[in-house]
Amino acid sequence: MLNRYFKEKGIESLLFASGAVAVVALFLLCIFLFRDGLLLFKEYPISSFFTDTKWYPTSDPEHFGLLPLFLGSLIVTVGAILFSVPLGIATAIYISELANPKIAGVLKPVTEILAGIPSVVYGFFGLVILVPFVQKTLQIPTGQTALTGSIMLGIMALPTIISISEDAISSVPRAIKEGSLALGSTKWQTIYKVTVPAALSGISAAVMLGIGRAIGETMTVMMVTGNSAVIPGFPSGLFAPVRTMTATIALEMGEVPQGSDHFHALFAIGSVLFITTFIINIIANYIKRRYRFDL
Amino acid sequence: MISGKLLKNITICSAVLLIIATVFIGIGCVDKEGTTDSEAIIIKGSDTVLPLSQAESEEFMYANPDTSITIIGGGSGVGIAALIDGEIEVAMASRNIKDSEMENAQANGIEPVEHVVAWDGIAVVVNPENPVTELTFDQLKSIYDGSISNWADVGGEDLIITVITRDSSSGTYGYFQEEVLLDEEYRQDALVQPATGAIVQEVAQNTGAIGYIGYAYLGENIAALALDGGEGFVEATPENIISGDYPLARPLYYYTNGDPAGLAKEFIDYVLSPTGQDIVSDVGYFPVN
Repeated sequence: MLNRYFKEKGIESLLFASGAVAVVALFLLCIFLFRDGLLLFKEYPISSFFTDTKWYPTSDPEHFGLLPLFLGSLIVTVGAILFSVPLGIATAIYISELANPKIAGVLKPVTEILAGIPSVVYGFFGLVILVPFVQKTLQIPTGQTALTGSIMLGIMALPTIISISEDAISSVPRAIKEGSLALGSTKWQTIYKVTVPAALSGISAAVMLGIGRAIGETMTVMMVTGNSAVIPGFPSGLFAPVRTMTATIALEMGEVPQGSDHFHALFAIGSVLFITTFIINIIANYIKRRYRFDL
Repeated sequence: MISGKLLKNITICSAVLLIIATVFIGIGCVDKEGTTDSEAIIIKGSDTVLPLSQAESEEFMYANPDTSITIIGGGSGVGIAALIDGEIEVAMASRNIKDSEMENAQANGIEPVEHVVAWDGIAVVVNPENPVTELTFDQLKSIYDGSISNWADVGGEDLIITVITRDSSSGTYGYFQEEVLLDEEYRQDALVQPATGAIVQEVAQNTGAIGYIGYAYLGENIAALALDGGEGFVEATPENIISGDYPLARPLYYYTNGDPAGLAKEFIDYVLSPTGQDIVSDVGYFPVN
């Protein structure tokens, strides 16, 4: 009896310890990220960091303008969402409502495999296949554009969106769907008037998590978007090269002297990214709770 | 009573931990043997020089099995900074040491001595379908700073120029900015590629693109331009790069603290020997003499 108690307690404390380690690690990460990022503003005015339109970190005088990088991230992410949300939700509806169980049983794991492909492979595919295709089709000077990045990111965000939306759609109670059908509505009417609205909280959360994944992606984006630090127009900026915040960090961390302003500027970008994804996650959680479907 | 299953689990866990610990101790031992050896040096710096140093050190260590040479990349600036801090014996650089770095070094009691170990040519490349085959430095500068943005302005077709550069951490980026742009800024909307391979890829598939790469990366799917640095057009050929006629040829350096001694001296002598210079050619750079 006593042993059983100890065993129970032991497992409990082990789980607590793992959770605590994760929280502490995250906390320390925050501190280091913000501390090094804030050091930039000892030398460089914080207002210029947020309003300067140029990113010339190695010239004299230096320009650390976050704006083109932030807008670059934004436009690529918006493009990715425009591409992946309709496709992802349609796939989720098909898998959970329409597909024959055998096909659904194959489709779901296959979409999840998409998440397991390394991002450098996506980037290489984008660079070799999609970039020339986009350039030739649209007759633009280069195929390394925000659009190319959006499509690649959209493909990469699909598994998240599909699998979470699918979970949400299939957990809509059978009773209300059957009720709808019993009232004489067609299968399609039931899907778009009953099932999807009922699953909306899960679907919105899926979209927000997809955005979170898209905004933090680095490798693929760095390989296919051209990395020009210019302020993109919308929507014309979709067809021009852009540079994202993550790509900037990855591109420049190689030879940045430790402790220099440039070094701190990269950490400042990292802090902005961290805060952005953090806010997106909070919104996702809020939506999930706010629109929870109560029966 | 402790259940048999729990006991078994604990045993398995400890066994795994024990194995991991043993492996780590093993790694520690091997490492220790390497570093306690007095014949060990660290070489750090430019990613351009890195493949050369690696090839040289492999051959050198094969011929001298009781020596150990560790090669680390990171960029010219990183290598020189490490030399100034006294962390390493040899720094690799694809550019000259800066005056500011020299002052820092002297303040630290370090006397950097320069050794040219090889030459590298920077080829300016375009798509083979592009009719433009030569550019003056003025034209090249105008293309890269943004004052020219159509191929028609330099004798080509009416086509927008897609300007490609490396990222700012590349030594080649700095070299090109200094030599061609005369320290002015690259145009803001130039495509920035993380690696030379990506530049080759984009130029090979984009008729309007222009980029610069190390000579070793030249292939059939891209075309090198002849350049005029003020003394007529010179083709990017090995002969012109070695003779120094080609305007974008640069030396690759090792920096040591004072005159090299011990293993550092042996290694640099080896690199400069005929065997070492053959390796330079194999890697795709050009011998010093």
